[in-house]
Amino acid sequence: MASLVGSRVERKEDKRFLTGKGRYTSDINIANQTYAIFIRSPHARAKIKKIDTSKALKSSGVVDILTGEHIAKDKIGGLIAGWAIRSEDGSEMKCPANPPLAKDSVNFVGDPVAVVFAETLDEAKAAAELVKVDYKVLKAVANLSDAMNSEAIHDGIEKNLCYDWLLGDRQKVKEAFDKADKIIKLDIINNRLIPNAMEPRACVIDYNTASEEITCYTTSQNPHLSRLIMSAFGGVAPENKLRVVAPDVGGGFGSKINLYNEEIVCSWASKKIERPIKWVAERTESFLTDTHGRDHITHAELAVTNDGKFLGFKNETIANLGAYARVFGTVTPTYLFGPCATGVYIMPAAYSNVKAVYTNTAPVDAYRGAGRPEATYTIERIVDKAAMELGIDPIEIRMKNFPTEFPFKQTLVHQVDSGDYIAGLNKAKEMADYDGFAARKKESESRGKLRGIGVTSYFEACGIAPSPVVMMLGCGVGLWESAEVRFNPTGQVTVYTGSHSHGQSHQTTFAQIAADELGVPIENIDVVHGDTDKGTFGMGTYGSRSLTVGGIAIVNACKKIVNKGKKIAAKMLEENPDDVDFKNGEFVVTKSNKKKTIGEVAFASYLPGVRDEVKSPLPEGEEPGLIESSFFDPSNFSFPAGSHICEVEIDPETGRVKLDKYTAVDDFGTIVNPLIVEGQVHGGLAQGIGQALCENAQYDESGQLITASYMDYTMPRADDLPDFNLGFTCTKATTNPLGVKGCGEAGTIAATPTVMNAVINALGGKEISLPATAEKVWNACKELKKSNAKAA
Amino acid sequence: MKTFNYHSAKDVKEASKLASSNSAFLAGGMTTLPSMKLGLASYKDIIDIKRIKKISGIKVSGKTVTIGAITKHVEVANSKDVKKAIPSLAALAEGIGDPQVRNRGTIGGSIANNDPAADYPSACIALNAIIHTNNRKINADKFFTGMFETSLKSSEIIEAIEFNIPQKSSYQKLPNPASRYAIVGVYVAKHKTGINVGVTGAKSSVYNDKNLAGALSKNFSSSAIDNVKISTSGINSDIHASAEYRANMIKAFAKKAVDAC
Repeated sequence: MASLVGSRVERKEDKRFLTGKGRYTSDINIANQTYAIFIRSPHARAKIKKIDTSKALKSSGVVDILTGEHIAKDKIGGLIAGWAIRSEDGSEMKCPANPPLAKDSVNFVGDPVAVVFAETLDEAKAAAELVKVDYKVLKAVANLSDAMNSEAIHDGIEKNLCYDWLLGDRQKVKEAFDKADKIIKLDIINNRLIPNAMEPRACVIDYNTASEEITCYTTSQNPHLSRLIMSAFGGVAPENKLRVVAPDVGGGFGSKINLYNEEIVCSWASKKIERPIKWVAERTESFLTDTHGRDHITHAELAVTNDGKFLGFKNETIANLGAYARVFGTVTPTYLFGPCATGVYIMPAAYSNVKAVYTNTAPVDAYRGAGRPEATYTIERIVDKAAMELGIDPIEIRMKNFPTEFPFKQTLVHQVDSGDYIAGLNKAKEMADYDGFAARKKESESRGKLRGIGVTSYFEACGIAPSPVVMMLGCGVGLWESAEVRFNPTGQVTVYTGSHSHGQSHQTTFAQIAADELGVPIENIDVVHGDTDKGTFGMGTYGSRSLTVGGIAIVNACKKIVNKGKKIAAKMLEENPDDVDFKNGEFVVTKSNKKKTIGEVAFASYLPGVRDEVKSPLPEGEEPGLIESSFFDPSNFSFPAGSHICEVEIDPETGRVKLDKYTAVDDFGTIVNPLIVEGQVHGGLAQGIGQALCENAQYDESGQLITASYMDYTMPRADDLPDFNLGFTCTKATTNPLGVKGCGEAGTIAATPTVMNAVINALGGKEISLPATAEKVWNACKELKKSNAKAA
Repeated sequence: MKTFNYHSAKDVKEASKLASSNSAFLAGGMTTLPSMKLGLASYKDIIDIKRIKKISGIKVSGKTVTIGAITKHVEVANSKDVKKAIPSLAALAEGIGDPQVRNRGTIGGSIANNDPAADYPSACIALNAIIHTNNRKINADKFFTGMFETSLKSSEIIEAIEFNIPQKSSYQKLPNPASRYAIVGVYVAKHKTGINVGVTGAKSSVYNDKNLAGALSKNFSSSAIDNVKISTSGINSDIHASAEYRANMIKAFAKKAVDAC
């Protein structure tokens, strides 16, 4: 049987999704359900003086209306930050309470203060309009650059500062800078983004009054983690009385890692009102209340020699946390950001200093890439600036500073186990026809257009684990994954995984892995996930950890199955287990060529006896059945890397940027399914390009989100994108048996700096901020024309 | 969305009779329905006019193209007659919104709504359109009176729009990257009787840019526009484009339009 790992197996999910048979949370209806509408603060910052529900309670169809007072009385806990980060001075980070329904104060537009349950959605909406909330409006802190000099928005959190974190050695950096020929300086704003999963958040709660069990169907990337938080911190119900199911989920990009107010409130309320509850966010609610991404202000400096060697790097960043610190909110701008800020380069000295601050805006948390796109943007932009100021080709300066030996001890934290950055960049250079750029630029200029080329080399740390390391760094939980592999007596296999698929195609990828390990046709393998009542635990899908951590748990569980199968086969064949080999689904005794298929072994394991004699195929002490589980906790992160090159053409009359060519060469280690991986790269690129050219979440001074719909928030569309030219190199990860590294974030991480480097290259080095909108580019073109005229 | 009474009118007369100060006519519903869903608008009565066949369809005579009010954008975009008589008008229709909008939205709905960034009003101005309603004919330059405002009375229904076929014309727009409405859209049309430059997206309502038209009357070439100064006074400014940028884009897109004529 040919290996399935590495084949372009068509997705098992396709039929379901392409024929409209997906089953999403909002497709679920429970008999007798009520409909929830949340009443949200229209102000960015205010004290709640009084909530009057009397009129609304009398409105048609209303079942109940609950407020922050009720939830506080029932001692239901709030939302939490999952990682504890310490400041440079050793003090612990400062986090405000974040009750599921605000009782005393609201801190961003969309902060929920009350919830209406009614017989129909329209009745719930009508009643919600009758709830009177009396606010004392306070001056909002909406601007990140002023936040530390503004009034504290949370009691006891001075300067709105959660932490002032340092990674690296300031003294060593100073010494390196003293030796430098030149210091390159760069100020950047990493623009705020709204994840915009296609499926808005939703939850459907079913409370069983007899068993007292709550079932919460929800749009989550990590149902097990949601249950843990809701139970351990929310106190909604003990874990054994709480089932969390995340059925088909239409995209998350990090925004569905968090457990949100609505899930806690509805789960708690369902028990209180003894009715099922359905809540589905409207798109405006998604804009306002889904966790946002990025939003950094960074000052970076790179110390270089005249011949382009890097000596040292400084990264001073202010990161916006929004109104509250959420699950990955505090780690995204620290350990997921700081260590990667020195990029793929030998950097003798470096530090990252991050001040994370609160503002009266929606909470900011992990968004596809989480910290690593911000880090890569910083280093790759400053490296390009260095190349320009030193008059060195952007590819040459990168090659000069790449490590040539692996493992590579990256400056700040990571021990990168494998990679070949030179091979990747060489391949990208060739695929992009880098050397032909000058001719294409000339041709563009003949049509009055500007053309620019941009290069980025990146690495990322993903496969987020191992537990002892992440817990040492402040994570509140261990980040292993687990799997159970179950043979049915008749030979099909069910794989239970703790990882969750919300677009990643685990049902296909994981089945491919199990098919190879067990020698069972892929059609006979089903993958079950997303239900805390079905199968094993998981810590969630983010940071490209499903395959690298969850997938390996499946591999290991399969290996256990094979080991047990060997013993059973040996007994059945009356041979020594050491003489039995397993290959292509068969246990074979090499010397005698006797064999048993794994199906026969599975069957025998469940029917361990024969008619007319007392005889078992099971060796002494072996239990019946063929089910094994495994927890996997890797010894290190995994480190995908790559080089991307793109070309843009700019119309100086209008400032419009046309992305003309895009080449991505990535090293994801072993690729299980190229079809799925290419899809991941395409999607990631679209999001990274979106950040570079169009996406931008904006609040006004009073804290109102002024990009709260698709009329104002620009998503990238198919006609904004060129055909992508993809290539791969492969150095296998050494920390897992498959050699896989993860591919979920790569496109997003590399695309933003690649596109901006190209735009700025076209503009002759004129800096512009993200995103490169037509007007900004037009202004830069005007300045360029002026300075060119002066020079002439 | 608040509850409302739904009426499907069989003819213009019935529709007009049902109208009140608390009603809305429903053609494609591309603005009315989202506004109602978002709670920005509510009506007691919704009067659906899209089953009135009489006010649909395209007729081309020697000098004019007349398009029924409830004709969908896609029909204008695909019409061989329009493509032949006024290709720029078919191209404009092809560039409105997205396929969903073009298969629902209507020309009458678009101009009755008079969104400051809609495409069709610029065509009406540039092509000396006459708006036929159930009780009068209104010249385009008297029809668009302000932001989302027209000279239509509450019970008045557009039946058709009659466009003059120009000698040359082109519509060029800088679409808002998010909504794909026009940040600036410029419709240049050269008629025997003179030149019009219909500009949309730039001000509170569509207008005929007399300065540009004047310059082009002397010399119909894009270089004639180079020295025209466009003031930023009255020009829209928002998160997508400042007044200065918009003003410059009026010129840039007018030039593109002239070049494309």
